[in-house]
Amino acid sequence: MEILELKGATKCFGGLTAVGDVNFTVPKGTITGLIGPNGAGKTTIFNLITGVYKVTRGNILFDGKDIANKEPYLIADVGITRTFQNIRLFKKLSVYENILTACHNNAKYNVLDAVLRLPQYKREEKQLKEQAENLMEIMGLKDRRDLVANNLPYGLQRRLEIARALALNPRLLLLDEPAAGMNPDETDQLMHLIFEIRKKFNLSVLIIDHHMDLVMGICEKIMVLNFGCKLAEGTPSEIQNNTKVIEAYLGVEG
Amino acid sequence: MDTYVQGILILAGINLMAVLGLSLLTGFTGLFSFGHAGFMAIGGYTAATMTVKFHWPFIPALLMGGLMAALLSVFIGRLTLNLKGDYFCIATLGFGEATRLILDNVQYFGGARGWPGIPNYTTLTNVIFINIIGIIILANLIRSRHGRNMIAVREEELASQIVGINVFKYKMMSLMISASYAGIAGGLMAHYMTFLQPKMFSLIKSTELTIIVIFGGLGSISGSVLGAVVLTALPEVLRSFASWRLVVYGLAVIIIMISRPEGLMGGYEFTPSSMRKLFSRLKKKNITAEGGK
Repeated sequence: MEILELKGATKCFGGLTAVGDVNFTVPKGTITGLIGPNGAGKTTIFNLITGVYKVTRGNILFDGKDIANKEPYLIADVGITRTFQNIRLFKKLSVYENILTACHNNAKYNVLDAVLRLPQYKREEKQLKEQAENLMEIMGLKDRRDLVANNLPYGLQRRLEIARALALNPRLLLLDEPAAGMNPDETDQLMHLIFEIRKKFNLSVLIIDHHMDLVMGICEKIMVLNFGCKLAEGTPSEIQNNTKVIEAYLGVEG
Repeated sequence: MDTYVQGILILAGINLMAVLGLSLLTGFTGLFSFGHAGFMAIGGYTAATMTVKFHWPFIPALLMGGLMAALLSVFIGRLTLNLKGDYFCIATLGFGEATRLILDNVQYFGGARGWPGIPNYTTLTNVIFINIIGIIILANLIRSRHGRNMIAVREEELASQIVGINVFKYKMMSLMISASYAGIAGGLMAHYMTFLQPKMFSLIKSTELTIIVIFGGLGSISGSVLGAVVLTALPEVLRSFASWRLVVYGLAVIIIMISRPEGLMGGYEFTPSSMRKLFSRLKKKNITAEGGK
């Protein structure tokens, strides 16, 4: 069963085809990797899935429904969320406020309930706070609760961004270079974390990363992209032995 | 109380009402507006029409002024809220000036000569009362999911969309509430001055409101209150300087902004819990200082 399916997805910026006719699927409940040399169009694919860019041609199916060209906030409502390559937190808010803000869709009270402090506001606000506390506990951010996001160490900022994404109760999580700038030790921790949250939140995950040990270590399926086109698709061992992939990364011998 | 002091307080209260609304838009949602005097004018003229021509009581007339300003803001918002940053700011500037110039030419409201004979309903009591309600509504809104979403839009627009916030809707909501506050402020002003003239709602008025919000501290309601009182009273205190007083006023604003670029309150609030925290910190400092001796 596929949770996400790209059918001939194409994105052109003027004359440049950033992503050309890409077909691939993310099976439900798996961790799938998306790799390729710099400028291959990996982040563009994330932007297409999350509605930041509009597709030029093709379809994107989530759970069988077409989500191409929908507004980003509607795509978030359907159950897809992401992190960014260059971290985008609510910089001046605390760790707790960052997560609490993202929990917003789990409450339904309207402006009038809030202004008049009606029972529905109080009840749902309490639930939101519990959910935020809970997420901080799981992600190990509890002791930094009131620290401003901008002052967090780099690794924890990445962690907070994942926590904020999880606050939406997503079904598909897109991680854009989560291990960028991390040392091998932190990368290892991150691998365990991704495994853990996948199990705990019943997620499917799509990861872009350049750390081959991370991608090969946790992905059940990998897609390789080069110059906006699909180069190969398969299990980690298939990809490692694929001559075309080796050529794209290392060049041709002789 | 001295009627002179009372007058200054009423003016501060009227400014505060408009500033509270602008604070939501600029301080909490991150949209700069230089056209809020336009919304004040709409509110002022509407409220005055209601009391003078239709003999409505004061409070419903004020609310009607707020409502009209909010309705107009929906129209303006539809056209301009998709503009990014500075462009939105310029569009609001155009709106404010256009409103003033249109009113200059509407003879029904007296045109540029002004509209005298509006009943004097605004008193210190009802200004304070209305401001307290305004502050409570704003504070409750800010501390709800809706307020947090507006702050998220201010902090990082793309990330807000990705966590499922409808950025356009929240900008619109912020603009509407903001405009209705300004409209009510305009109504209060009309019934305090007992006279309306389009010149009262020029660009200078809009700028004054924005200065107060920034001076008080972006993202702080208590900062807006403090800013409105200080900056309305300051030109009066400086009256003995006669023609130099606006120069001194300008210098005072510049000096404060250089020494405290984040504004007087810098995003902090006066609440019982924040006061407790401050005092306990001060106490701790004293104890450690004594221990050091």
